Amino acid sequence: MRRPWLFYSQFAFTIGVCTFLIVPVIMSMMAGITENFFLGIKSGVTLRWVYEVLDLYLDTIYLSLLIAVICLIVTLILGIPTAYVLAKKSGRWARMFEEFLVLPVAIPGLAIALALIVTYGGFRDFRTSWGFILVGHVLYTLPFMVRSVLAVLSSTDFQTLEESAASLGASFWQRFFGIIIPNCRSGILAGSLMVVTLSVGEFNLTWMLHTPLTKTLPVGLADSYASMRLEIGSAYTLVFLIMILPLLIGLQMFGTSKERKPAVPDEDPSEQANQQEIAR
Amino acid sequence: MSDLKDQGTAINLLSCAKTFAGGVQALEPLDLEIAGGETVVLLGPSGCGKTTTLRIIAGLEEPDPGGRVMFGDDDVTRLPIEKRKIGMVFQSYALFPNMTVRENIAYGLMVRRMPKPDIDRRVGEMLEMMHIGDLEFRRIDQLSGGQCQRVALARAIAVQPRVLLLDEPLTALDAILRTRLRVEIDQLLRRLGITAVYVTHDQGEAMSLGDRIVVMSRGRVEQIGTPRDIYYKPNNDFVAEFIGTINRLRGIARGDHVEVAGASLPWSANRSGGEVEILFRPENVTISNLKSAHLKGNVVTSFFQGDRTKLILDGLGERQVIIETTDRVEFIAGQEIGFRIDPDSMIILNT
Amino acid sequence: MDRHEYRNLVILVLPTGIFCVAFFLLPMARLVLIGASGERGIAAYLDIVTTPRHFESLIATLVLSITVTATALVVATISGLFLERNRFKGRGVLISMLTFPLAFPGVVIGFMVIMLAGRQGLIGIVSKALTGDKIVFAYSMAGLFVGYMYFSIPRVILTIMAAAEKMNPALEEAARSLGAPQWRIILDVILPALKPGLIASGAICFATSMGAFGTAFTLATNIDVLPMTIYTEFTLNANIAGAATLSIVLGLITWAALYIARNLSGSNVAAAG
Repeated sequence: MRRPWLFYSQFAFTIGVCTFLIVPVIMSMMAGITENFFLGIKSGVTLRWVYEVLDLYLDTIYLSLLIAVICLIVTLILGIPTAYVLAKKSGRWARMFEEFLVLPVAIPGLAIALALIVTYGGFRDFRTSWGFILVGHVLYTLPFMVRSVLAVLSSTDFQTLEESAASLGASFWQRFFGIIIPNCRSGILAGSLMVVTLSVGEFNLTWMLHTPLTKTLPVGLADSYASMRLEIGSAYTLVFLIMILPLLIGLQMFGTSKERKPAVPDEDPSEQANQQEIAR
Repeated sequence: MSDLKDQGTAINLLSCAKTFAGGVQALEPLDLEIAGGETVVLLGPSGCGKTTTLRIIAGLEEPDPGGRVMFGDDDVTRLPIEKRKIGMVFQSYALFPNMTVRENIAYGLMVRRMPKPDIDRRVGEMLEMMHIGDLEFRRIDQLSGGQCQRVALARAIAVQPRVLLLDEPLTALDAILRTRLRVEIDQLLRRLGITAVYVTHDQGEAMSLGDRIVVMSRGRVEQIGTPRDIYYKPNNDFVAEFIGTINRLRGIARGDHVEVAGASLPWSANRSGGEVEILFRPENVTISNLKSAHLKGNVVTSFFQGDRTKLILDGLGERQVIIETTDRVEFIAGQEIGFRIDPDSMIILNT
Repeated sequence: MDRHEYRNLVILVLPTGIFCVAFFLLPMARLVLIGASGERGIAAYLDIVTTPRHFESLIATLVLSITVTATALVVATISGLFLERNRFKGRGVLISMLTFPLAFPGVVIGFMVIMLAGRQGLIGIVSKALTGDKIVFAYSMAGLFVGYMYFSIPRVILTIMAAAEKMNPALEEAARSLGAPQWRIILDVILPALKPGLIASGAICFATSMGAFGTAFTLATNIDVLPMTIYTEFTLNANIAGAATLSIVLGLITWAALYIARNLSGSNVAAAG
């Protein structure tokens, strides 16, 4: 039934697309450890550029990680309860709130950054702290946390779980912390990976919100691309890729995994034991 | 057994109605008294209000203003479910997937802050009672449907609830398991002597489990009675049709008999004039020779079912008639047969 | 639901509400006001049509985004369908590599384009060796196009694969049993099943291309796309009101694209990147 020519032409096409996507990544990684990129890899392999990057830009790496972790904590605290409320309420107000919540993703980061600057730029201490960047990151990543948790909630019958917990005497807060949160773990995990990945790589907002003393990794990257030699930019990119690689792998593993429950047939031994029990 | 039953908490619903947002009345004002230790089955097709009634008893829905829910002498109308001290078993079992079997059963005790040794003892009792001791540390997704059902029952009973509410607990299981668990639940309820309200759309379940059955349709109670009452003395068409198979024929009353399909049936009421409807169940007939038969019909199909044979007949009005016989005779399509209806189980309704 | 529960739900959602109002709703409202604060008031929002420089920038950005979206949809549909409907060795690796650039920030994508088509890029080296002419197009609209393909292709491939997986194989078998040729099956069965996914991911590509800033910023500050125009107005010309109006118009366009797509496809659409 299969037509080989169709298979192979599609295969070749896909390989081509993959090459287009991957070759520059490999090139930039190679460039980061090459003595002289212009001469090519035969000029020698070195970690000199990587050390130089760490020397020049280590603070940006720290700041990015710090912001990402705090951003994650804030989105967890804000996002999980919000997802739960949105899953529970189906009315018009809830849908409008959801739409409103997703707006920071639909509107370009540049516009949001401008809005933040014209509104809060006057508060000197706030403007010059990394808290200003954090606000932007939380705005941008929160919808991803909410959606991720919401997706898990809407695929499980959490309402009945909650009713059954209530029938056993659990109060609202016991239900929320003991039943709801543990049962959206997969959504929380996927959302967390997404939030950290996005926060570490966020540039559109951050470029506008940063100050010379609050530079994040992508800001440093842009800076090195513009003002440093290609090898340093490449080495910096390499450092960045190594940092987000575990996150990306995690996202591929948990973000897209479908949970399949093993179906247990009713004829297993314990069931038969019960059967005999009744027959007696 | 009867002395055990008196220990249960009585439930009393006083004009409980339920109107949902959007003005749909799911339940017309309902009064229902359930004695302590009694098992009452709410029976009806989907959308009849049986689940709404159960959820009002549970405290998951509040009745419309004016309605009251009493547990014994306590007015629990305003009490949310978590304070009503009930046990509930859900159609989908609603076991907590993040916990083991043991943790599920212990959950209600844990949120009540029962001391740890007491929890251990009680969970042990439950595991033994439901024959699920070997499943203690299993995760929920490693259980079969029947096992889930036992865990759900154990979890609901563990907290020693005042009343036990079961919402179609067997619907998700296959037919054989359903019959088996039905027996088990029946024994359990009798042993515990607990007041139980059981919702189902399966009349077989209702008949075998209920001390009394409440037949509902479109938010209204059609009849409340023992299984025998409901089966043999249905109040109306709906109940008669819903419980088991029933045949209905049109006839005209003529004094001490009713004229049906060119034949005549004896009738004790002795009233003349007017159209009537004759209802009878397939098993309440006996095949007789054509001369002494009340009615005659032609065999359309026969289904041999081992202990009996089911016959579909026509020639008796616009509808086909279904009868059952234990005679070990083979029937041929097109054959004319005659049968007599047991007069005591025949229902005649004025139309 | 009883009153206590209602109160609890409000408590749960309140922090998010306060945060979004304080740091999103108020600032955006202020931006709208600033846009209209010039001497021409609200009419400043027509600038994008009346000022030739802004209008050209808008048109260029729209053309670029539409081209990127269309190309990405075609490329990703071919590859995505292929990957979902065939099982072969190395398929998993291929999928991983194809979706790898999904989370790259714009600046990194810009750098990848430089690697590919910049002054010291691969295409330049290869073309010089072959023809003697060094082909360099990274620092132009074409470079931006290549860059935007980078984040568009992985996203659409994922959507297509998800949609293709959910497709009921019986439909295709039914069409075949009725004697439909392959191209009719593609037209009548496969594409309709993919349509919601195509609309949703297409809208994301479009909106992201419209608003992306990092790639253009890395490649060259003189590429004339709307985000760069906004950036230039704000930083170099200190024209805050102008930057505000352009930002609002840009935000309206991207939001509208996503909103329309969501209503058309009936699914959740959120931009990223």
